[in-house]
Amino acid sequence: MAESSTLAQTIREIVQRHGGMSTRLLQILREVQDHFTWLPPETLDQVAEALGVSPDKVRNVAEFYSFLYTEPRGFYDILFSDNITDRMLGSRELLHYLCERLDMEINTTRADGLVSVGTTSCTGMCDQGPAALVNGYALTRLDKPRLDRIVDLVNSRTPLTEWPREFFEVTSNIRRADILLGRHFADGAALRAVLKRGPEAILEEMVKSGLRGQGGAGFKSAAKWISCRGAPGDVKYVVCNADEGEPGTFKDRVLMQDFADLVFEGMTLCGRVIGARQGFVYLRGEYRYLLEALKATLLRRREVGLLGEAILGDPGFQFDIDIHMGAGAYVCGEESALIESLEGKHGVPRIRPPFPTTHGYLNKPTVVNNVETFAAAAKIAVEGGAWFASRGTAESKGTKLLSLSGDCERPGIYEYPFGVTVRRVLEDCGARDAQGIQMAGPAGHMISARQFDRRICFEDLATGGSFMVFDQSRDILDGIRNFTHFFVHESCGFCTPCRVGTSLMRDLVTKVHTGHGTRADLEEMRKLGRIMQVACHCGLGQTAPNPVLDSLDQFPESWERRLRSTAYEPAFDLNAALEEARRLTGRDDPGAYLSGQDLLIGAMP
Amino acid sequence: MIEPRLKIATCSLAGCFGCHMSLLDLDERLFELADRVELNRSPLTDIKELGECDLGLIEGGVANVENVHVLLEFRARCKILIAMGACALNGGIPAMRNQFTLRECLEESYLRGVGLVNAQIPNDPEIPLLLNQVHPVHEVVKIDYFLPGCPPSADAIWTFVNQLLSGQPIALSYTQIHYD
Repeated sequence: MAESSTLAQTIREIVQRHGGMSTRLLQILREVQDHFTWLPPETLDQVAEALGVSPDKVRNVAEFYSFLYTEPRGFYDILFSDNITDRMLGSRELLHYLCERLDMEINTTRADGLVSVGTTSCTGMCDQGPAALVNGYALTRLDKPRLDRIVDLVNSRTPLTEWPREFFEVTSNIRRADILLGRHFADGAALRAVLKRGPEAILEEMVKSGLRGQGGAGFKSAAKWISCRGAPGDVKYVVCNADEGEPGTFKDRVLMQDFADLVFEGMTLCGRVIGARQGFVYLRGEYRYLLEALKATLLRRREVGLLGEAILGDPGFQFDIDIHMGAGAYVCGEESALIESLEGKHGVPRIRPPFPTTHGYLNKPTVVNNVETFAAAAKIAVEGGAWFASRGTAESKGTKLLSLSGDCERPGIYEYPFGVTVRRVLEDCGARDAQGIQMAGPAGHMISARQFDRRICFEDLATGGSFMVFDQSRDILDGIRNFTHFFVHESCGFCTPCRVGTSLMRDLVTKVHTGHGTRADLEEMRKLGRIMQVACHCGLGQTAPNPVLDSLDQFPESWERRLRSTAYEPAFDLNAALEEARRLTGRDDPGAYLSGQDLLIGAMP
Repeated sequence: MIEPRLKIATCSLAGCFGCHMSLLDLDERLFELADRVELNRSPLTDIKELGECDLGLIEGGVANVENVHVLLEFRARCKILIAMGACALNGGIPAMRNQFTLRECLEESYLRGVGLVNAQIPNDPEIPLLLNQVHPVHEVVKIDYFLPGCPPSADAIWTFVNQLLSGQPIALSYTQIHYD
């Protein structure tokens, strides 16, 4: 009894710290889990009661996010980043090694309850992998000696705070800087500019600059801001999308780590221009390690009058920023799903229109921009639209941050003016033997050496920044199969074409990859891909077949060398599937086997 | 002049015969069907050997070695093969055992069941061996058409077969393929 009243007390305190607001539900559940290591059913009921919402709603949210656990987890929860770039660096071998050393199976919690080991989607450390998370904090540059020490730290129950700092070291690896990363920016300069020249003048500069959404979609940022500014209503919001979930992308992580002031300044500028007083940064759960530093930066900005009440001494200029943490849901990178998540719900994309600029957070007009977009906007306010537009191509002004990883000598962040060729990027990063590039992540496009003269810009190859290099030694299909697993895991399950389609695609790719496929399966993949492109509710499902469809066109030989010569083959080894029954019954008669002759019959079309 | 009637065969693999019951629900339309097609091997006839057919309707998923043999034979002898009903399409109810190992399933039924005398896992060669898992039919052979439903309604079957026989594109109305 005493125990349950302590539990209720703890939860009441957490809920109170969040003002009892149901929009904070995800944040509350994260904290409750930090406290209990998982979310036992009674905690969910208590949270529901304290917030005055239905227990079903709370359970719904708890079950939606990968990093919220409704079943017990180990005191140490270790999740290996499972992007193809981690695998290229040997993550699978390390994962097996760690489990062996800890004497446990993958995807389980050890019997003593001390440690769980599993995998998670790309953690955004592709330039310094193999990577993992331990209790939500990023681990980089894993190798066997490091894992040996982790085994000791776990078994000796050493608190995370006493683990060696270098395990958690995240470097920025900025390899090429242009106007965004290269030029000094004086804090407050953009805010002084908007106070001096007024919001209309800043919007004019934004229009002139031609800045487009740097998350990859490429919508004109000025148009978003103008639409939101003109939308009726006094209460408006600014949201910074730092839910950088596209595998292979990590430029927003570097911006939040090294250029947070610039990003916050861009958000504050936007607040002034559209007439919002509140902003949110939606930070992906994988970047939990950044939270304290970001909060400190916000605090400092409040202290020096760049945030909060009366910014720069102007009583009419109020704006503040809150940080919301995600909890492992790729779909929340889609802006309307992100808003749902910000409101404390599970992140399912909304039907658009209406768009967020008129009906966003809490149905109020909202600008949602990518981290890089806000950073660029702050620079444009200071340096002018013409300055920004002097770089890039006709339709893609300015520069783009690329996150390079995979088979290259110098992975990291490269800032280029739009229009740079793929070949130039490959030369700069030391990728001498590239076979293909996965551009813009699994949702983007796979290109082969024939296309290395294409240019990175919205007119040609649009990208949010992910750039994963596969050299000649790689099997392209390893990457494709990895991506299909990613989409199955990340599909939110709301619409059938995506929920079912991603699974069917994974099964077909696995069938071919394991040598059971025929030409009919390749045709089936194309058919399924086309259905998903037109029938899925949001971009996740519409783009999920891209890697498969692209590679069928660009790397047909990679697929074809795996095919059986018959018209159709079973998806699994029929005879091997009888093995367990043979063992259990001890049977060895002819009827207990399927012969090659049997199977030939069915292979006929 | 009488047109040669098309030959149809049907079978139920790991299914409950519900799809065949739905076929019988065609009621008086069965007479019309009988005018146009000739039923070959099927639970509704007593024909043991499958002949060369135009159409094969498969109910049920693939759970054991006999299912595999029957399915392979249907594929070899039928010009057009149709997966009919949820079990054929997805494995359905029988596939619920896929969450467990075969050992767990057999031990639960034959070793730990209530009221068992001389409990043992049956091993008579007459009994077809079980596959480790239950599979949808398209994982074993190429399937030309998929007719969903649990079971597909008689109307859906009727529309489908008619359109197929008359060479029209298959287009089922919404009410024939929604199930809530």
